[in-house]
Amino acid sequence: MHEVALAEGVLRIVLDAARANTAARVRTVWLELGALAHVEPDALAFCFDAVTRGSVAEGAKLEIARTAGAAWCMPCGTRVALAQLGDACPRCGSYQLQVLAGDEMRVREITVA
Amino acid sequence: MCTTCGCGNSETKIDGTIVENAHEHEHRHADGTWHSHVHDGASVHDSGAAGPLGGVHDADLTVERVIRIEEDILARNNVYAEQNRRALADRGIFALNLVSSPGSGKTTVLVRTIEALQGRFPVCVIEGDQQTSLDADRIRASGAAAVQVNTGKGCHLDAHMVGHALEQLSPPDDCLLLIENVGNLVCPAAFDLGEAHKVVILSVTEGEDKPLKYPDMFGAADLMLVNKIDLLPYVQFDVEAAIGYARRMQPGLEVIRLSATTGEGFAEWLSWLEHGVAAAKSARDQSVATLRRRVAELEARLAVADHPV
Repeated sequence: MHEVALAEGVLRIVLDAARANTAARVRTVWLELGALAHVEPDALAFCFDAVTRGSVAEGAKLEIARTAGAAWCMPCGTRVALAQLGDACPRCGSYQLQVLAGDEMRVREITVA
Repeated sequence: MCTTCGCGNSETKIDGTIVENAHEHEHRHADGTWHSHVHDGASVHDSGAAGPLGGVHDADLTVERVIRIEEDILARNNVYAEQNRRALADRGIFALNLVSSPGSGKTTVLVRTIEALQGRFPVCVIEGDQQTSLDADRIRASGAAAVQVNTGKGCHLDAHMVGHALEQLSPPDDCLLLIENVGNLVCPAAFDLGEAHKVVILSVTEGEDKPLKYPDMFGAADLMLVNKIDLLPYVQFDVEAAIGYARRMQPGLEVIRLSATTGEGFAEWLSWLEHGVAAAKSARDQSVATLRRRVAELEARLAVADHPV
């Protein structure tokens, strides 16, 4: 379950930002996770609660914004929507697709007090 | 496992010695500057979901502030991975990250590869497993230098562990570095170690639908080895279907069919490796030549400055 490692990555980024802004408490953490990212959001949320314990981010609410996947279809020569890796082009049925967007895993912002 | 947060990194060992706890330690490599990006004011936000900017504040009247961050969760791993990649390139080393499920025959492929390459160019190995040094022992017995990384409860190698393993291994210039990841078709897909390519191994004793079940790993690989092909007469495994499924995730995936038991297909695999090793060496030779030229130019200029006409 690499979500523990990802949650530690989130925590490190959050704590750095909280320290730099002399925040006493982290209230909310906003993540952006693409539909094609190598992560299971529920598992990440579970691990986030565990890794934040005892830190200024303990009890912080985790908000996850999902972003859509998109790919370049080579036969169509156009950008198409891609719900998950391994799906066919919704226009022509080909698998000749190059992922353009949706593999992001990012800490977007936090609210602190 | 770390009892404070449940993280597995605290049990990472390299050749049996514990690496510092990943939380507490602020270990930074020589040029490993690390900082978080905190942006003031509005920045462009083009993803679909609404963010909390302009959202409703808590009713408890505590002053809340929004801090924009926009940082990749894997940024730290990626910084270490880039350091590894640069260090490897400086030494002309061709590095591969070998990934598969447990039991695909990774170590047997490695052992046969090392034996076959003896006398052609040096091969070094970083072995990743949760526990034991059995694999590194097997590799050393076959004649290659090897370092064992034990990830404890961790399910994958990360770039930081590999950086430490490289310090310990100190591989020679222009060698082939094979990094055998933890047997796991899920987690290692997300972690760049600084390798030139991920190589996924799929054996014919597994199902041909594995690429459909574990798309991230096959999508992250550049080469797939279909191993144990000597067993094809005895198992129900459609090689063409497996390759077709894997190429749905990665249309440019190269494929080599081989058997680490009989050696079938090894000529193609060894020649693929030789090509990569030669390319890494030639890239290093080129950058060394460029640097030498630059030094000569500067020296010539200096000579003119010292003795003006």
